[in-house]
Amino acid sequence: MSFYVSFGTVLLLLAITAPVALGFGFAGAMAARSPVFPLNWIGRAYIAVVRGVPDIAFFLFFVIALDQGFEWLRHQVKCPDWDQPIRQGSDFIVCDAAKLPLNTSAQWIHETYGFLLAVLTFAIVFGAFAANVLFGAMRAVPRAQLETAEAYGMTGRQSFWRILVPQMWVYALPGLSNLWMVLIKATPLLFLLGVEDIVYWARELGGTKNPRFSDYPHGDWRMWYFLVLLVFYLGFTKVSEVVLDRLMKRLTHGQATAGGEMQRKAA
Amino acid sequence: MSCWETIADYGLRSLGIGERLLPRSDFTLCQQVVLIGSGMIWNVYFGVLALFSGFFLATALALGKFSANPWLRKPAEWFIFLFRGSPLFIQFFFAYFLFLSLKQVAPVFTPFTSAWAGALVVLFLNTAAYTGEIFHGALLSIPKGDTEAADAYGFSGWTRFRKIIWPTMLRLAWPAYTNEAIFLFHATTLVFFSGFPALQQRGDALYYASYFADKTFNPFVPYPILAGFFILLTLCLIGIFGLINRRLNRHLPQARRAKMRFRMNLIR
Repeated sequence: MSFYVSFGTVLLLLAITAPVALGFGFAGAMAARSPVFPLNWIGRAYIAVVRGVPDIAFFLFFVIALDQGFEWLRHQVKCPDWDQPIRQGSDFIVCDAAKLPLNTSAQWIHETYGFLLAVLTFAIVFGAFAANVLFGAMRAVPRAQLETAEAYGMTGRQSFWRILVPQMWVYALPGLSNLWMVLIKATPLLFLLGVEDIVYWARELGGTKNPRFSDYPHGDWRMWYFLVLLVFYLGFTKVSEVVLDRLMKRLTHGQATAGGEMQRKAA
Repeated sequence: MSCWETIADYGLRSLGIGERLLPRSDFTLCQQVVLIGSGMIWNVYFGVLALFSGFFLATALALGKFSANPWLRKPAEWFIFLFRGSPLFIQFFFAYFLFLSLKQVAPVFTPFTSAWAGALVVLFLNTAAYTGEIFHGALLSIPKGDTEAADAYGFSGWTRFRKIIWPTMLRLAWPAYTNEAIFLFHATTLVFFSGFPALQQRGDALYYASYFADKTFNPFVPYPILAGFFILLTLCLIGIFGLINRRLNRHLPQARRAKMRFRMNLIR
């Protein structure tokens, strides 16, 4: 049963991460574009740093780092009169009230917290990729469009939201759909972050079951479980491919690009 | 214990040479750098061998996908879809348990249940699929004039492929192929997290980095060290591939040479 639920976990992760990462990406791209000095510097640094560091190392690093960061913040707020150092040798010690989640809380809160950390990690990493794509897309919108907007007397903010943003999606879509594919294929890494996902359950359930401990004894079936996962991901990729193709067709409709021109001629 | 002794003890630890026990407490920076560096031997081993062997299969796959004969095209298309459409992580798991079951049937498969051979096979097939797709794209964008000129000069069959199509394909595919090589080296870090056992704690760089992070509860030291090693490795790769790129493009006028653009770090 948990095996089937864990498919839901993966889908849930995708459903939450994709919009959050897109939001991170949008914020990052806007920051990188902004004329204000420290803001554009921060945006560019975010994109460059996350994209430049080896992949899963980032996932492993971020989960612990975020966890310790949150606990440290809560420690500063909740226990101001704590005089011992936080790092004692190889231990990371905060006061009990600052533990996240609290020692007393239920098991499901611990699991949800772990899942949320994973989502945040995914969103930060993929947000940087999305920021890069969106940043490129914003620059790909023809200059003349923005100049026309200015000529009509729109303010910078108006031309950004009314002209630039609606038009950039068609330029961003190839990059974003690529990113979506990569995101799908990154979901098994949840296992490394300590979430009980499909990989975890495939290993657990597929392993040899002894008749003494289980009502349904069987040999080593892990191979078959992983074959199912393989097929699941293949199907998922195929479906996404088809859907994204359709979306691209709709978005290019009426655009001043080669694709839009081809559609116009075909019609 | 001085740093030189640490290097002597742990420098080749990932191959099983030197001190048997990993450090358990009072970790020094030197120990972390040396052990993680020693783990890099495995990353380089997997990366170099898979890249080299994958190159030939990739050429065959690209030609297969490009061919008009459906008996050649369909298998190549399916192979590429199978390995590009599913996560490498799941492929590792599946392959490991597949080899475990095959071992019961035929003892020939015993070496494949250990990482040095089994993971190498998976990485080889995986990189062949990705590279095959890149090469196929390059084949599609070979300028029509090049092949027409080859025909006009009377090239045909093998010489036409060897002298005209293949060099042009490589030249066009090279920037993308460089990125693929970088991804492949990053992907090698997955090996010891995916079922393949690290016998006697002989693991790769990420294995040791996560060992230290687990023991010290401090991710801020080992992972930056790992990142540093990988950045060095990536720079070496870019250097080598840049030299080859220069050689492939040496006949072109300066302005038309393909610019190398590096887009790092996407997970497979």
